[in-house]
This record gives sequence, structure tokens and C-alpha cells, in this order.
Amino acid sequence: MIKIAIASGKGGTGKTFVATNLFYTLLLKKYRAILVDCDAEAPNAVAFFETKEIEKSEVNQLVPVIDINKCTFCGKCHEYCNYNAIFILPPMKIINVIEDLCHGCGACSVACIADAISERPVSLGKVETYSVNGLPALFEARMNIGVMSPVPVIKAAIKKIDNHADIAILDAPPGTSCPFIQTVSSADYVILVTEPTPFGFSDLKQSAATLNKINKPYGVIINRAGLGDNSVYEWLKENNTPLLLEIPFDKGIASIYSNGQLLVKKNKKYKTLFNGLMKTIHQLFNTF
Amino acid sequence: MTEIAVISGKGGTGKSSISAAFATLNCKVVLADCDVDAANLYLIFNPSNEEDEIYISGYKAVIDYSKCTNCRSCINQCRFDAISLINDKTVISELACDGCFLCSRICPENAIGMVPSNKSRMYSGSFRNGKMVYGRLAPGEENSGKLVNMVRSKAKKISGESGIETILLDGPPGIGCPVISTLTGVNKVVIVTEPSFSGINDMQRVMEVLRKFNLRAFIVINKYDLNVTLSARIKEWCGQNGIELAGQLPFDKNMVDAMIQGKSIIEYNPDLKISKEIHKIWCKILKTD
Ligand code: SF4
Ligand code: SF4
Ligand code: SF4
Ligand code: SF4
Repeated sequence: MIKIAIASGKGGTGKTFVATNLFYTLLLKKYRAILVDCDAEAPNAVAFFETKEIEKSEVNQLVPVIDINKCTFCGKCHEYCNYNAIFILPPMKIINVIEDLCHGCGACSVACIADAISERPVSLGKVETYSVNGLPALFEARMNIGVMSPVPVIKAAIKKIDNHADIAILDAPPGTSCPFIQTVSSADYVILVTEPTPFGFSDLKQSAATLNKINKPYGVIINRAGLGDNSVYEWLKENNTPLLLEIPFDKGIASIYSNGQLLVKKNKKYKTLFNGLMKTIHQLFNTF
Repeated sequence: MTEIAVISGKGGTGKSSISAAFATLNCKVVLADCDVDAANLYLIFNPSNEEDEIYISGYKAVIDYSKCTNCRSCINQCRFDAISLINDKTVISELACDGCFLCSRICPENAIGMVPSNKSRMYSGSFRNGKMVYGRLAPGEENSGKLVNMVRSKAKKISGESGIETILLDGPPGIGCPVISTLTGVNKVVIVTEPSFSGINDMQRVMEVLRKFNLRAFIVINKYDLNVTLSARIKEWCGQNGIELAGQLPFDKNMVDAMIQGKSIIEYNPDLKISKEIHKIWCKILKTD
């Protein structure tokens, strides 16, 4: 079983496009493949496939509930809370939990010696499981609106991966902060999708620096090749970073994709491109 | 003082290029790049660096092994599964640690210290059409929206001092904490979308966030000609929901060429159809209150 994360520093460079078309190519070749949509703030992968929802699980976090009849207003919970989620005014006998700020760390419960704190679960989002061709193959992490961090939902979705599968593709969230790290750190290899523009290049360097820091191997796909300039190519050469695939810029592709259709289904040239990508991955990992 | 935020729900809709164009039209602006995770505008504007400030994004727990007795208390208490016993040694995963301080507080040997993550920075300075503030989050640090708040309050301070009335915020993608920090208390919001089914999904999700804040939104459809059917659907949706469509822009390769030259599309060529259209949109946004 190998796990490959498809990521890009900046959103909209085509990582979902790569993830969905690669996943479909793998299915066509009869691999047991899994796709996990880890872009929990904006999940969009499911709509590309004919799927059936087979399971839905809530992702919860615990938040404290304070029993004011037991509370002595000692302030210790407030002192222990590193996220300023407990508001306390002892002279007025007021104590409140600001749930939006709470990370569910449990420190306040440990702090309270008056047994005044219990906890209740609140929903952060859900993970939905979909079957493709009768097998559970697609997992979608979806964060609730108003929730601060997608990380817990992403973690829950990644946990669902069945290790009997041959390969799992993780569609990573944009950026290089916690949600991205959470996703790529569970992968064996990362494919960074970029475009040859100054913004794309700057974000690529930032993603690469992050992956170097956590020692993850990676390669690059250049999408919309032909737009922009050569700096990305020169940088790849200088750093000995493998260029896995180039996808030419083409207005026609953009319109097929914008309708939520898979390019490998519609266009022979792209079928060949993605077959090539699959072979490249195969060479990287002799195991699957 | 008017704060105008440009956001998109989804990345790659051309939001930053459009913000750059807005920033170089007639009126001077304080430009605040709130997309701290992938700050890009400084590439175009190359602002002078007049001030930088350290941003502490959080803390990480570190064990002093000369004191640790492997008692496991911290392992049992950590809610983020960040501590485990590996080869008889208690180990904290830096990636998983949320920085809650709990382990450092309960360790009977006082063996755990908390180290600040202090690699992120906030910069401010001048650019050719006003002032600029931008944050740069160090790779892997937590983007909790706190840096966005810091960038915004700096921008407000600069606006007060310099007398530049308009603050333009280039927002991050998504709907999480950094986006909410960008939107809280602004006067106007511009949502840049594109005619793809994922663009529409993300725009609708971000609109739900806006509704919670009771904010007035203007929609700009970028690259509308890549899928005219979906562009028409966005228009219709705006009409049904009483959201103002500020305008639509064609796909234009000049946008990329301008970026490569380190210019906004307005600076690159103000006479292009797309430049004129952006100008119209900006006037509309400024005028409506
Ligand atoms: S669980 Fe943690 S974050 Fe939440 S209120 Fe208690 S101490 Fe604060
Ligand atoms: S620690 Fe317990 S008793 Fe003290 S203020 Fe908090 S809830 Fe009340
Ligand atoms: S609680 Fe302290 S002494 Fe016990 S295992 Fe953790 S670090 Fe070591
Ligand atoms: S600081 Fe909190 S999250 Fe980090 S290791 Fe300690 S208990 Fe776990």
C-alpha cells in the first residue's frame, strides 16, 4: 500500500484535476485505489465520479461544560487554558466557555479540583464514504462552516484508508500550514502541482521548503505549461527535482474540467498522459 | 476608513491578480496581504521593508531527557496523540503537538518545556501606490488567523497615520479561521469566482460564511468565457439571492504576462478591455455603500 498526496502551495493550480484523473486511470487499470479528499474547506472531488454514499461519520471535539453550582471561581481552568477560551469574572460569579476558541485539549478539566467541569461533544464536520464500482473508494472530509481548523476532520478521513488497497491518493488542502502538513505527513510521496507563473513558482518553493523540512520525497507536475516563463524549469533542474508530467495549457481542457468532467474519459491524449504518470509512479515504488 | 476584502473561496481564481489591479487604480491604498500562507503580492509590488515584527504562531512541547522518567502521565493526558513511547523513550511529535501546555503542566518531573514557534514575520513598507503590509507564515506553522489580525491592525494604524482612506485586503482561500479573521468587521467584500462547478460550490460556501457576518458582497466572475453556461448560472444565482454582480472578466493571457513583468494588468496596459472592465468594477465597489 502506498499513499501519494497531491498538493499545491496555492489553490487552483489543478491538484484536484490531477488527483481525480489519476484516480480514475488507476481504477481503469484495475488497481484497488482510494481517493481521499482532504481539502476539507472546499471539497470538490466527489462530483467527478458516479458514486454511492455508503457511510457518514461525524467528527467531534469535546468542549467543557462548567457546573456553576460546583465552581468555586478559583480561576485555575482559565490559567490552564492556553487558547483564552475560558472567560471568568470571579467577583461577579461569571464563568463562560468561548466554544469557538476551544481546542478541546482537556487542560481545564485537569485543572479543576472542584469537579465542576464535564465535557460534551460538538461537531466539527464529517467524513463521508462513497463507493465506486461497488467498493468503498472515496472519502471526503468536510468541515462545518464556522469551524476554525480543518485538521481534525482531515485526520479522521485519513484514518479511514483501508490498508488492503494498492494505492491511496490524497487530495491535499492548499497552503503550507497545519492542514497541508497533516495531509502530507501521512503520505509516502508528494506530487506538487504548479503552474509556470511567478505566483505559482513562489508557492512551489514554499511547499518544497516545507517538504524538505519534514523529509518527504516529492516530484512536480507543471500544469498549464506554455503559459508563463521558464523559471520553474530552471529551478527544477538546479535542485534535481523530478518533473513528473507537463500538462499543456489548453482552453478546451479548462472548459471540460469546469463542467465537472474527467479529462481522461473525454480525450485520448490525456488518457496517454495519465497512463504515463501512473507508470512513473510505478517506477518510483516497485511495490505496488 | 473603508476596508475592502477580496476573497475567493477557492484558490486560483485570479483573486490576487485582480487585487493587484485594484491596488494600482486611481486612489492610493493601504494594501494588506492576508493570504499569509501564500503571500504573493509582494512579488508584484516589491515594497520597501520599513518594519518587521516577529509573529509567534504557537508553542511546541519539548522533553528534557535528563529529567524524564518515562512515567507516561503526559502520554495519557495529551488529547492530540502527540506523545508516544518509542523504543522505551517518551517522544513528542512536533507535527502533532497543538501547543496546549497541558503536558508541561502535569509532568511530575517538570521535564517538559514549551518552545515558541517564532519564524513567521510581518512586514510593512511602501509600494508605488501607497503602503503595504504582509505576513509570511514560516513553513508548517499554524495559520490560526492571528497573523491576519496582526496584519489588519497594522494596516489600520498605517491608514490612520498616512491618511490613506482605503484599505484593500487580499484574503486567503477557504472558509476557515484565517478567512473569518479577514472578514470580521470589513465594510465590503468582493468574491472572485470562476465558472466551474467547483468554483460555484466554493463561492456558495463562502457566501454562507458571509451571511453569518451580515456582510455585503460583490461577485466578480473571472474568466467567464471559459464556460458561458456556468457564468450565466452564477448570474442567475446572484439575481435570485439578491447579491450584486459587480462584473465579469474574460480569460486573458496578458494577466500572466503582466505578472511576469512584475506589474498589475493596469500598469501593464490600461487600455486593454480587461483593464477597463476592472476599472469599472472598482468604481462600482467604491461608490456603492
Ligand atoms: S478544553 Fe482546552 S482549549 Fe478548551 S476550554 Fe478547556 S483548556 Fe481551553
Ligand atoms: S477550575 Fe473549576 S472551580 Fe476553578 S474556576 Fe474553573 S471551573 Fe471553577
Ligand atoms: S510526564 Fe514528564 S516524566 Fe512522565 S513521561 Fe512525560 S515527560 Fe517524562
Ligand atoms: S503541549 Fe499539548 S498537544 Fe503538545 S504534546 Fe503537550 S499535551 Fe500534547
